[in-house]
Amino acid sequence: MKAPYSNRKYVINIIILFIGIVFILRLFYLQVIDDDYKVSANNNALRLITDFPARGLVYDRNGKLLVYNEATYDLMVIPQQVKNIDTTAFCKLIGISKAIFISRMTKAKKYSRYAQSIFDREISKETYGYIQEKLYQFHGFTIQARTLRKYPLNTAAHTLGYIGEVGPEIIINNRYYKSGDYIGASGIEKSYEVELRGKKGMKIMMVDAFNREKGSFRDGMYDTVSVAGKDLFTTLDAELQIYGEKLMSNKNGSIVAIEPQTGEILALVSSPAYDPNLLAGRDRSKNYFTLLNDKKNKPLYNRALMAQYPPGSTFKILNALIGEQLGVINVDTRFPCSLGFHMGNVNVKCHNHPSPCNLEESIQHSCNSYYSYTFKAIIEKSGYKSTREAFNKWRQLAMTFGFGKKYFNDLPNELSGNIPTPEHYDKLHGKNRWRALSIISIGIGQGEILVTPLQLANFTAILANKGYYFIPHIVKGIGKNKIIDKKFTTKQYASVDSKYFEPVLEGMFQVVEAGTGRGAKVEKIKMGGKTGTAQNPHGEDHSIFILIAPMDNPKIVVSVIVENGGWGATWAVPIASLMVEKYLYGKVKREDLEKRMMEGKVYY
Amino acid sequence: MRDSKNIFHNIDWTTVILYITLVIIGFVNIYASLYNEDAQSIFDFSENYGKQLIWILCAFVISLIILMTDIKFFPTFSYLIFGILLLMLVAVLFLGSATAGSKSWFLIGSFKLQPSEFAKFATSLAIAKYLSSMNIRIQDVKTKFITFLIIGIPALLILLQNDTGSAIVYVSFIFVLYREGLSGNVLIIGLIIIVLFFLALLINQFIIIGLLAAITLVLFKFIRKKTREITTLLALFIGAAGFVYSVDYVYEHALEPHQKQRIDVLLGNNSDLKGAGYNVNQSKIAIGSGGFLGKGFLKGTQTKFDFVPEQSTDFIFCTIGEEWGFWGSTLVIILYVWLFLRIIMMAERQRSSYARIYGYGVASILIFHFVINIAMTIGLAPVVGIPLPFISYGGSSLWSFTLLLFVFIKQDANRLQLL
Repeated sequence: MKAPYSNRKYVINIIILFIGIVFILRLFYLQVIDDDYKVSANNNALRLITDFPARGLVYDRNGKLLVYNEATYDLMVIPQQVKNIDTTAFCKLIGISKAIFISRMTKAKKYSRYAQSIFDREISKETYGYIQEKLYQFHGFTIQARTLRKYPLNTAAHTLGYIGEVGPEIIINNRYYKSGDYIGASGIEKSYEVELRGKKGMKIMMVDAFNREKGSFRDGMYDTVSVAGKDLFTTLDAELQIYGEKLMSNKNGSIVAIEPQTGEILALVSSPAYDPNLLAGRDRSKNYFTLLNDKKNKPLYNRALMAQYPPGSTFKILNALIGEQLGVINVDTRFPCSLGFHMGNVNVKCHNHPSPCNLEESIQHSCNSYYSYTFKAIIEKSGYKSTREAFNKWRQLAMTFGFGKKYFNDLPNELSGNIPTPEHYDKLHGKNRWRALSIISIGIGQGEILVTPLQLANFTAILANKGYYFIPHIVKGIGKNKIIDKKFTTKQYASVDSKYFEPVLEGMFQVVEAGTGRGAKVEKIKMGGKTGTAQNPHGEDHSIFILIAPMDNPKIVVSVIVENGGWGATWAVPIASLMVEKYLYGKVKREDLEKRMMEGKVYY
Repeated sequence: MRDSKNIFHNIDWTTVILYITLVIIGFVNIYASLYNEDAQSIFDFSENYGKQLIWILCAFVISLIILMTDIKFFPTFSYLIFGILLLMLVAVLFLGSATAGSKSWFLIGSFKLQPSEFAKFATSLAIAKYLSSMNIRIQDVKTKFITFLIIGIPALLILLQNDTGSAIVYVSFIFVLYREGLSGNVLIIGLIIIVLFFLALLINQFIIIGLLAAITLVLFKFIRKKTREITTLLALFIGAAGFVYSVDYVYEHALEPHQKQRIDVLLGNNSDLKGAGYNVNQSKIAIGSGGFLGKGFLKGTQTKFDFVPEQSTDFIFCTIGEEWGFWGSTLVIILYVWLFLRIIMMAERQRSSYARIYGYGVASILIFHFVINIAMTIGLAPVVGIPLPFISYGGSSLWSFTLLLFVFIKQDANRLQLL
C-alpha cells in the first residue's frame, strides 16, 4: 500500500539535506576560513593592563636624596556601582559642591558606565587618610595609588628636569610608550629616561561584556613582570648646589663647579632657579606656563648649559697657552702697554698698570695690549702660508680646550658656544681680505667668541689639570653599578704641553694674591683665578670669574657668570670664593660677605 | 496484546537516542554558557543550569508517561486538547504576565508556563485529526479553509501576545499540507514571496517590477496560448508586482521598529554593531572564534563573559560553536538532519494517515525551529526569538518538544496494532 503523494517525501528530504549542507558550509566559512572573528573575539574579551614600575630615585654624591616618588591618590569611580549614596555627605567629605559632583559623574558616565574613571586627581596623603576611612559608605568609589615625583631639597631643578605625558610623536616612533604614559622631558629625567623608567609589565585580563575583570588570561601565561627603574647617583653636591642657588638669588647667571680630577659636576646653578616640585603634581601645567611666561628672567632656561657669553679676559689664558705652544711667546716675553694697544687704526684700550709686563704679570694685570700682541704674533707667525692657515691652527688648538663644540655628555640641551670659522671672516671682510688686526679682539676674548658657563668651568679644569680634562658629567653611578660610561673616564687632552701651564697658573695665583681677583682669597687656601668682563651690548657688562682651589692639588674649579654684574670683581669673584670655601671647609666664616652676596640684587 | 505491558516495546531507539544526545548536548552547553566560578556544583539549583537539570528529569518522566498512555488517547482527544490550548491562549492574553514585551506566560508560583509552546503540539494533533477524517480531500476549498482556520487561529492568538517568533512557526505546517497533496506551487510561491520580499527591500521596486515584466514576457513565449494559462500568468505577474509594490508599505507600517532593524541588519543596511546589529555580530564573533577545534569546554570567552545575549536560550548555538568549533557544530547539525530524516522515514511507514500527518507536523515544527534558529545565529536570517529544539534552556520549550516527539514515537511503536 502506497499512500498518495508519498513521492513528495523525497522533495522534503532533499530540502532538509540542502539546508544541512548550507549550514555546514556557512560554519566552515565562519570558523575555518575567515579569521576576522577570532581577532574580534580577542578584542572583545582581553584587556591589556599595564603594570607601571616605580621610577628610579636620584641621589647626590653624598647619598642625599634629590628625587623620590611620593604616593598620591586618585579617587576613582565606576558609575554603574554608585547606588544609594548620601551625596551631600560625600561632597562634604571630599570638599566639592553638588554641582561639581553632578558634572563629574556625568563625565564619568559618558566615558563608561562600567569602567573606572578618575573622579578626583592627585589627592594629598592627608586627605587620603581622611577619605579612606569613610569611603566604605560610598559604594562605587575606590582609591587608586599612583606616584608623583618629589624633590625634598627643592634644588637643581634644571639639572634634574621633570617628567610629562608623552607626546604623539614619541608614541608613533617608540613602541614602548602608550598614550598617557610619562616620560622624562628635560634634565637627567630625559637623558637617563631608559634607566629611570625601568620596564613596564603587562597583564592580560579577561573582561566580560560590561568591562568587568574576570581573571587573568590563561593563568597569566603571557603576563610580564615590571622591572623597577634604576636609581641614579649624581655627581652633584647638594649642599654646594643649594648654597650656589642662594648666592645667585636675585641675580641672573650661573655657577658651574667641577671636580677637575674626575670631570664630575659638583654644582650646576642656573639663576633664577625654580622649585622643581612646581612641575610635578596637580598644578603642573599651570605652573609651567607661569614659568614659561616670565620672559624677562626665563627661569626655565638652563643658563649653565645654554647661555653663551663672550669669555672676556678669561680667554687671555687660552691665548697665552697657545702662544707658548706655538713658540711665539715664552715666560720672559714682554709687550709694551701704553694704556692699550695701538697699531694703525686699531686701538685696544687698557687700564693703568706697570708696563711692560712679562707673561705672569700680563695675567695678573689682565693686560689687553699684551694679548693683542700675542694674538697678532700667533696669526702672523712665519711658516704659515696665509692668515687663514694660521687662524685655523689657532682655532684647532682652541677647540681642544672644549670650546666651540658640544660635549655630548649626559645633560640634554647643551649649546656649543662659538669659535668663529675663517668662512665667517670671509663673509665679514671679503674672502682672505682679513688680517690679524681685523680680528684682534679675539686676543682678549671679545668679538665673536662665545662660551657657555659649563665650557668655562671645564676650561678651568684643564688649567687645574695642566692640560687634560674629563668630559664634565652629572651621573657617577646607575643602580648598584657605580661604573659609568667609559667616555667620562677617558682623559681628553688639550693640545698644549703641560710645561706651558706653569707660568700661566703662577699668573692666576697672582690674580688672587695681588691682582683683579684679590677678593677671592680664602684663609689658608692657595688659589688661582681670572676675572673677566663680557661686553654686553644690551646693558651693563656681565661679571665673570674662574677659580681653581687649592692650587697644589686642585679639588674644585668654579666658573661664575653674573649677568649685568659689571666688572668681574664686583660679584663673580666673591661668589666663586664663597663656593670654594663652602666646598672645602663645609661652612663659611665670612658671613658678612655671604650675606651681602645673597641679598644683593643685580637686575637691569 | 502480549507485549503491551512493556512500554518500550517496538519503540524507535534511534530517535530516542538522538533525542537524549541532543538534550545532553544542550545541558552541557547551558552549563558552559552560565558557568560561574563561584558555584562549582552542577547540581546548584539556584543556577539556571541546575534548573535545566530538573526540567530534563521532568521531560524524561513526561516521555515515560506518554509511552504508558493508551495509544488511542491522543487521536481521540485531539480536538479537546486543541480546544483547551486555544482557551489558554485566550486566557493568557488577559491573565498572563509580560516578559520582554511578550505577554505569553502564566506565572504559577515561581513556575512559568508558556501555552504557546504547547499550542504547536495541539495544532499538530488537530490538523492530523482533521485531515485524516473520512472523505477529506485537501483539494476542496472547504478543507483548505478549515485547515487554514486550525493553523491561523492559534497563530493569530500568539501574534496578539506580541510573540512574532512563535507565530511564524505556524508557517511550517505548509510542509504537512504539501505532503498531503496541496499543490507544490505553494512551496514555490512561498519561496518566491520570500525572495521578492528581500529583493524589494534591497533594490528599487520599479527595477524589480521591470524584471518581473521581462520574465513574464519570456514565459509568455513558452506557454501554450490558452486563455487559462495566459490568465494565470497575468495574475501571477500582477500579484507579484503588487506584492513588491506593497512591501515598502508593509515594511514601513506593519513591522515594529525592532523587526525592521533586524531585517536591516541581515541585509547589511544597518551596520550599527553596538545597537541593532550587536546580537548577530557578537554571535558570529563567538562562533567564528571557535575555529576548527573550538576553544574547549568552559574555555569560551565570548559566551562565558556575556558578550552574546540570550546565550543559554535562543543563542545557545554560539556556545557550541565557540567551545566545540567547526567539528562540534557540524556534529550537532548532522544529528538534527539525521533526526529529521528519521522522523520522515517513520511518518512514511505509518499505516494510519493520522499518525503520518502528525509525524509530518512534528518534523515540520522541529525543522522550522532548527532552520530559523541556526540561520539567525550564523547571520543568514533576521533575529527571530525562537529556541533550538531540545538544546535551548527553558522548561516549557523542552517539555513541549518532548511531548511533540514522544507522542509520535508512541504512535510509531504501536503502528502495527492499528487497523
